Amino acid sequence: MIKRRYILNFPPESGDKPLSYHLVRDYDIRINILKAEVYPGKRGSLLLELQGKKENIEKGIKYLTNHNVVCDPLEKRIHFQEERCIDCGNCTAVCFAGALTMNRETWKLEFDKNKCVVCELCIPACPLHLFEIDFS
Amino acid sequence: MAKIKTYEEINKKLKQGEAVILTAEEVTRLAQHASPSEIAEKVDVVTTATFGAMCSSGAIINFGHASPPIRMEKIRLNGVPCYEGLAAVDSYIGATACDPENPTYGGAHVIQDLLEGKDVLLEAWGKGTDCYPRKYIRTKINIKTINEFTLFNPRNAYQNYDVAVNTTKRMIHTYMGTLLPNLRNATYSTSGELSPLINDPELRTIGIGTRIFLGGAQGFVIWNGTQFNTSLPKNESGIPVTSAATIAVIGNLKEMSPEYLQAVYYEKYGVSMFIGIGIPIPVLDEDMAQRVSIANSRIETSVLDYGTEGTPVLAQVSYEQLQSGFIKVQGTKIRTAPVSSLAKARKIAQELKEWLQKGAFEISRPVQLFPKNTSLNDLKETEAVDD
Repeated sequence: MIKRRYILNFPPESGDKPLSYHLVRDYDIRINILKAEVYPGKRGSLLLELQGKKENIEKGIKYLTNHNVVCDPLEKRIHFQEERCIDCGNCTAVCFAGALTMNRETWKLEFDKNKCVVCELCIPACPLHLFEIDFS
Repeated sequence: MAKIKTYEEINKKLKQGEAVILTAEEVTRLAQHASPSEIAEKVDVVTTATFGAMCSSGAIINFGHASPPIRMEKIRLNGVPCYEGLAAVDSYIGATACDPENPTYGGAHVIQDLLEGKDVLLEAWGKGTDCYPRKYIRTKINIKTINEFTLFNPRNAYQNYDVAVNTTKRMIHTYMGTLLPNLRNATYSTSGELSPLINDPELRTIGIGTRIFLGGAQGFVIWNGTQFNTSLPKNESGIPVTSAATIAVIGNLKEMSPEYLQAVYYEKYGVSMFIGIGIPIPVLDEDMAQRVSIANSRIETSVLDYGTEGTPVLAQVSYEQLQSGFIKVQGTKIRTAPVSSLAKARKIAQELKEWLQKGAFEISRPVQLFPKNTSLNDLKETEAVDD
């Protein structure tokens, strides 16, 4: 069993298909919707945590892709200019998901992208503006 | 009783490469099994440091005279307003200055751009006089074309700083970072046991003329900082439990490094600048040895509600608690986050230690100590109109 977070972008015409239902039934994947933005007739975006066998998750993603859903692992959509970070800690103040934390030994910033829930609070909280997240 | 060391003796040892220098964190660890008397005997200098946002900062610039010359009476650098009330081509650019049309780029960014060797657009206007006939100039300048480029910060390196929380139902944006509603986070700003003025709480060795690490170069303490307050309550360790003393500092920006100065923009607040400061503290006697050895568990600060008018004090906590990741306020466990960089402060303390070890940095006895028993005035409104 593995756990992976993906950002899914749905095209306008996919709104009436129960795609996530098929992920659960056909591929035995446990899904957890962490964030959703749906604009009927325009587009929809989803942050989805998928838990299941590795090959099933791969098949599930392929199934979604075949239905014109753009699927990217979450970490691919998070851009963080780490080399410019001064380890001030401002982003950790707002990261209630626990993705951004200070290492208590080195006091350097640690970023576990797989814990990110795309609340996007770090984007304005960083005084150097080093975060970008491409959700929708 | 350990003997009293003089500045001259310590400098002689530094020159000969025989001085024992520890960072404030290292001496605190040593103090777990060494007495103040042993530390006074063994250790000569303790390095302290901080790297945090210090809004009361800025730079003096002399642009040089153009031909024909201009008396600059209105000045913009990359659109950021600079002070024009000095002689013809002198100016002061404040770190927080900005054009309201472009609030995310300010004086700190101009200073950083110049420091990084970038070209900056200078525009200046004058009325035209007999000796300064020119009325307008528009030209690119950089760190090489300007004459003096001096960092001059009226208030830096606060001795302790309050912790910020927010008890209200709405998120607030402050210079202490984004404060989540309902006490869901707490932010703190000093480097605790590594912080310069906390290691010399009575300001016995830090005063006018103290040579310091400033932005990667040697700089000086030139005065007490603004809002310098020595009348605030202290804890059992003799350390103020709130924002107290401050220093004014100066140094040559042309020798500084962008590694230790960083322009920042806080959402819905404005521009500021992170300043890297390191101060060497001579261990003159047992009293100083005891002061520099005080651990985070014995340094306390006040927790203030930034969401409520008057910022009421809610609790008192130690830096050990703050650095553990959680504090307790009014029975609620709150997650903490730093807003100044301890990692960078450690790097500064280490670099200053290396300068001292190499004999490249002399410690200096203050020319004059700071005033005692100072307190602050509030701004009273004498012209208020009754509704």
